[in-house]
Amino acid sequence: MEEKERLLTVDRLKTQFFTYGGVVEALDEVCFEIHKGEIFGLVGESGCGKSVTAASILQLVQKPGKVISGRILLNDEDLLQKSEKEMDSIRGSRISIIFQDPTSSLNPLFKIGYQVSEPYVYHQGKRKAAAIREAVEILKQTGLPDPHDKARNYPHELSGGMRQRAMIAMALTCQPDLLIADEPTTNLDVTIERQILDLVKNLQREFGTSVLWITHDMAVIAQICDRVCVMYAGNVVEKTDVRTLFKNPCHPYTVQLLRAIPSEAVTADELEEIPGSVPRLIRPPTGCRFHPRCNQTMSICSRLKPQEIEIEPEHTVACHLFTQTEV
Amino acid sequence: MTTNLFECLKLTKYFPIKSVFREIGRVHAVEEVNLAIPKGQTVGLVGESGCGKTTLARTLLYLLQPTTGDVLYNGEKVGEFSRKRLKVFRRETAIVFQDPYSSLDPRMVIAEVVGEPLVIHRIAKGEDREDIVLEILKRVGLKEEHMYRYPHEFSGGQRQRLAIARALAADPGFILLDEATSALDVSVQAKILNMLGALKIDLGLTYLFISHNLSVVRHLSDRIGVMYVGRLIEFGTREQVFDNPVHPYTKGLLAASPSLDPDDRNRPREVALEGEVPSAINPPEGCRFHPRCPKNEPTCKKTSPELVDVGNGHLVGCHRHDTA
Repeated sequence: MEEKERLLTVDRLKTQFFTYGGVVEALDEVCFEIHKGEIFGLVGESGCGKSVTAASILQLVQKPGKVISGRILLNDEDLLQKSEKEMDSIRGSRISIIFQDPTSSLNPLFKIGYQVSEPYVYHQGKRKAAAIREAVEILKQTGLPDPHDKARNYPHELSGGMRQRAMIAMALTCQPDLLIADEPTTNLDVTIERQILDLVKNLQREFGTSVLWITHDMAVIAQICDRVCVMYAGNVVEKTDVRTLFKNPCHPYTVQLLRAIPSEAVTADELEEIPGSVPRLIRPPTGCRFHPRCNQTMSICSRLKPQEIEIEPEHTVACHLFTQTEV
Repeated sequence: MTTNLFECLKLTKYFPIKSVFREIGRVHAVEEVNLAIPKGQTVGLVGESGCGKTTLARTLLYLLQPTTGDVLYNGEKVGEFSRKRLKVFRRETAIVFQDPYSSLDPRMVIAEVVGEPLVIHRIAKGEDREDIVLEILKRVGLKEEHMYRYPHEFSGGQRQRLAIARALAADPGFILLDEATSALDVSVQAKILNMLGALKIDLGLTYLFISHNLSVVRHLSDRIGVMYVGRLIEFGTREQVFDNPVHPYTKGLLAASPSLDPDDRNRPREVALEGEVPSAINPPEGCRFHPRCPKNEPTCKKTSPELVDVGNGHLVGCHRHDTA
C-alpha cells in the first residue's frame, strides 16, 4: 500500500472550558491524522466533543474555553503557535468550514453572490466584479440551478438544500486543503441529503480537498467516509477505515452504538440499549470514561485510562480488553 | 377482521394565504387522503418536510378543521361530535411532540405536568392524582424523587419520557407520535423506541408515528403510508412498502436513505431523485410527482392518480403502477 501523505495531525489535543460549575474537560488527549485527499469521519453522540475539535483546529474556541495543550499540525506547521492574524489568512483559504444550519450562517442582508465572492476579495485580492463572476462559476459547480439568478437572491429566497450548496460553494472558493463539514446534512431531508453527499464526494475528488466530516449519523459515515474516528465523552475510542468499523467494530462503545441503530439487519423487536447516559464532563468518570456504561467492565477500567492500541494495521482501539491480551 | 380506530375519507386541508382583504392563494397541505388506522397497530407516516404529515395528523385529531372530507373515529364522524363527546375524544387521544424542550411548561413541576390531563378531564384529585402520576412515571422509567423537579433538571431523553408520561396520563387508546424520537441521540432513541413498543403491547395502544427517519419508521410500524406534496401516494404493510415499493417516489426515497453498509455506496442506485419538492402553494397539475418522475407520460400531467390496490391491500397512487 502506498504511503499516504499527512495533511493534518492532531496530537494529544486538550481543550477545556472554565465555567462557574467547574472545569469541563471537553477534549482529553485527542489524537488523529487526516491524509491528503481523503474524507475523514468524526462520529459520536451529542456532547462527545466533535464540534469542539473542529473549533480547536480553527482556533475558534470561545471563552471560557481554551486549548490547554497538544499540537495541531497542518503540513508540519503548528496552528496553535500561529498569531490571530496568521490564523485569519488560513481560515477560509486553507481550511474552511460548513456548518449544520445554513440559515444562520448566511447573512440575511446580503445577496448570495456577494457572500460567496467575499473570500476571493479577502484572500486573493480580486476586484468585486471579477469575484462575483467567479462566485457564479463556483455556484454552478455545486449544482445550484440558474446560478446567475440565484446569485442575485437573498438567502431567504433559497430552499435549505440550495443554501447548503451556497455554503459549500463559499467554503470551496479558495480551494482549501481541508474542508471541515460540521453536520452539514443533519437538517436536510433524505433526498436532499443524498444530493449533498454526492456533491461533496464529487467536488472532493475534483479538487483533491481533504474533508473532516463531523456527524452523529453512522449511516452517513458508512456512505461517505474513508476513515473514521469514534469519539465518546472527549476521548477517541476507536479509529479505523470505514469497512473495518462496520464489519469488525472492537471498542465496546462502537459495538453497542451500532446495535442501537434500527436497520434492516436488526430484525429483533427490541433494540439493544446502552445503560445510563452520557456523563457530564465536569469531573468525568475516572479511568476509561465509558466504564460505567460498558457491558464488559473490568476492575482496571475505573482505575486506569486505556491507551490507544493498534490491534491491526490502521485500526486503533482505546480499551483495556485489548491491552490485557497484549501483556 | 381488525376494526379501524381511525379512518379518513377524502380528507382535505387548505390553508388560505391572505392579503389584506382577500385570499390570494392556498397552501394545498393535505389533499383527498384516505387513510385507515387499524386498532392496536402502528401506522407510520413518512415523507419529506412540508409534505403534509403533521397537518394530516392534526386534522385527523380535529385540532384543525378539515376543509372537506370526514374523519371516522370508531365508525362515528368526529365532525358531528357534540362538545361533550369531543371532550371524551380528546381524552382518548394524545400527542407526543418532537421537541421535549418546548413542549413541557418550564414553570410546572413534573407532578403538575403529568397530572394536568387528570385535572382537565376531572379524573382524579389530591392523593389519588399523585398515586396515578407516580404509577405512570414508573411505567416510563422515572422515579418518585423526580415528582417535584422542574423540566430543566432533566436530560433530553428523560424529557421525552415525561412527554410520553403526560400523554399516557388520561389513559388514551391512541397516541400521535410526531417525530417523537427525532431530536434524540441514537442510544437514547433506542431506549425510547423499546419503551414505546412495550407500552403499546401492555396498554393496547394504537400509534400514528410520524418521522422522516425511514429506518425508525420501519422498526416501529406495522403499516406505512408515504406522502408527497399533500397526497398519500403509497400505503401498505411494512414489508409491502419497504421490500416491494411500487411508486417511483417511494423507490427514490428508499434509495436515498443512507444505509449502514459501507459497501452500498458503490452500488448503482436504481432511482436517483433530482431536483426538489415542489411548493404546496402551486403544486404541479395531475400527478404531483410527474415533473421529477422518471416514468412520466402524458396522462400523468393531466389527471391525478387514484390509490389502486396492487395486491393484498397494498395501495399505490400511480398511473403506471403496472409497469413498475
